[in-house]
Amino acid sequence: MDIGSVSTKGVVVDRDGRIMACEYLWTQGDPVSATKKIIISLQKQLSARVSIESVGTTGSARRLIGAMLEADAIKNEITAHAKGTIARHPDVRTIIEIGGQDSKLILINGCVVTDYAMNTLCAAGTGAFLSSQAKRLDIPVEELGDVALRSRHPAKIAARCTVFAESDLVHKAQAGYGKEDLVAGLCHAVVLNYLNNVGKGKQILEPIVFQGGVSKNKGVVQAFREELGSDISVDADSHLMGALGAALLSRGAKRPKPFDCDIVDLHFQTGAHTCPGCANHCEIISFYRDGSLLDCWGNRCEKGLGKKENVL
Amino acid sequence: MPDQLAISFPHMGEYSIVFTQLMGHLFPTARVFPAPPMTQKTVELGSRYSPDFVCSPFKYNLGNYIEALEQGANVLFQTGMGCRYGYYGELQEQILRDLGYQFQFLCLSRERAQALALYRSARELGCTLPLTQMLSALLLACESIRAMDRYEYWMREEMGFQSTPGSCEAVRKQLFEEIAQAHSLQDLQRAKNRCRQAAAAIRTDKPPNPLRVGIVGELYTLMEPSSNFFVEQQLAKEGISVSRVMGVWFLLFGKNHRQALKNSGPYLWHTVGANGVDSVSQSLAYAKKGYDGIIHMKSFGCIPELNATPALMNLSRDWNIPILHLSFDSHTSETGVQTRLEAFADMIRMKREEGDVANSQFGRGYRLGIHQGRGGG
Repeated sequence: MDIGSVSTKGVVVDRDGRIMACEYLWTQGDPVSATKKIIISLQKQLSARVSIESVGTTGSARRLIGAMLEADAIKNEITAHAKGTIARHPDVRTIIEIGGQDSKLILINGCVVTDYAMNTLCAAGTGAFLSSQAKRLDIPVEELGDVALRSRHPAKIAARCTVFAESDLVHKAQAGYGKEDLVAGLCHAVVLNYLNNVGKGKQILEPIVFQGGVSKNKGVVQAFREELGSDISVDADSHLMGALGAALLSRGAKRPKPFDCDIVDLHFQTGAHTCPGCANHCEIISFYRDGSLLDCWGNRCEKGLGKKENVL
Repeated sequence: MPDQLAISFPHMGEYSIVFTQLMGHLFPTARVFPAPPMTQKTVELGSRYSPDFVCSPFKYNLGNYIEALEQGANVLFQTGMGCRYGYYGELQEQILRDLGYQFQFLCLSRERAQALALYRSARELGCTLPLTQMLSALLLACESIRAMDRYEYWMREEMGFQSTPGSCEAVRKQLFEEIAQAHSLQDLQRAKNRCRQAAAAIRTDKPPNPLRVGIVGELYTLMEPSSNFFVEQQLAKEGISVSRVMGVWFLLFGKNHRQALKNSGPYLWHTVGANGVDSVSQSLAYAKKGYDGIIHMKSFGCIPELNATPALMNLSRDWNIPILHLSFDSHTSETGVQTRLEAFADMIRMKREEGDVANSQFGRGYRLGIHQGRGGG
């Protein structure tokens, strides 16, 4: 499972790492429900003889869903994406990943991650920016790429910051640019922002693999090709690489019994409390399954409520 | 001016115990207390009254001052010096006065921390001790800092491998409590001896060639764990031996600018302010010793460390050593730092495993019993 800020992805892989079933849907601010939906869908795609021997989670809700699914591997996005991509493209040197809320650059040499970078503080070079602008232009986000490819003179849009980019976009629209030129300009703005913010000072070597939700946007792929002057490959499953990596990382775990898909019938609940122990006011998240405490986190000291044994 | 002196000062790591000890000796009748422990509220208070773009040590300090004043402090200390931190005292004093507090503000950087000026300030505050006793109190404080830094340096390297979690921390707590109570060098020596015995009894299962990471960067962010989300503890949990030269003892007596510039090799020819040169020279030393990675930490907007960053990037490329750059301020998200740290730990672990495979394959052809591992350091 790869539970991202915007979308949740799930895959089931066989012993050789081939994807047997996959699902992709919007998280919509509720990772637990999204995960349940994914499990139901995956179960439908599989025959009843398949048993799931290990579970891995990644993405920003990896810890929460990891506790929910009793995952064998809970891994950060960078390791998971690298693992998934290397399994598909063993010769990859550069992974460009643009997701809903963050973007990453992973450099690889000989199947080993040698360097990485993530965007800081700014959402300009991410999918969130594209989807908010798509809404403004009244174009479904899935169609942005096709619209962009129709452009012949992309508008130049300031790429440094979302707020500036947005006002520049409005200005260009009012000045009479066509929609396709604006969208193509947006795609270039995302690429330029990515290269300046995430890629600064890093050597981007071929072969380059582009993935994450934004890689489905052909306009951005085209813009990357133009800006980098090199070929970019986009896997057919480019949006599933994190989930694939998490699955591969969990492989070999000694799980006492196979994963039970009936977990979707259980009731999961999260609750946030502020620990009154001291002025730190740690926000403690407790995670319950059918009313009994599974795990909790957020506590920063020994005496706080965050420990399993001395919870509220 | 009220009758009783109430002396307080901001936090930086655990050094408040030494400052409390020193001030207690110099002003036996005064009430000496460090600012209340650093909490989320401290940061919020500090941020509320600070310029937004000032670096985080300013905000932490200011939060400490306000909380100390609320506890009745009437004398505040600030060290200043280094980079623009040297001017922070002026601004902080003004902000606190504008808030309506009454207090005396002693900023060491105003007189460039000259011995005579310090002596005069102490006398003005009402220290009646003879000079010899003042000097011996100062000596004890310095020795206390040395003892603290030595233990912590050792602890950072070992903490990731202790068999019983918390045993290193328990010894540290004991040592620090005894240092806080020490009245003479003999007391300190006894504390050090006890600490040495206790530390020798800590059981660790350290592999012969553990993963090693060096930490360099801006001094406050490095030394105050709550300002860096306890990076060192997180690394220890990953089973990584952590090395950090930066400490107050190093700042007071270990710094040698000319030597550091020389030791920065081809990466720096000029000083870049504060500890920027030290970051580069220490990083180069770690690279030469075969460390697995370096973490470069700074507060957001720290100019000296920003100046050192390009040099570090070149160093990273030439020596093939990964460097993780982390920048902290009151807006930094803890999750973001955790993700980056986890990925960093995974990365150096994968790299090491790859290297081990390569080494063992290389060794197969030789079979001379020559150790092919990395150089020790």
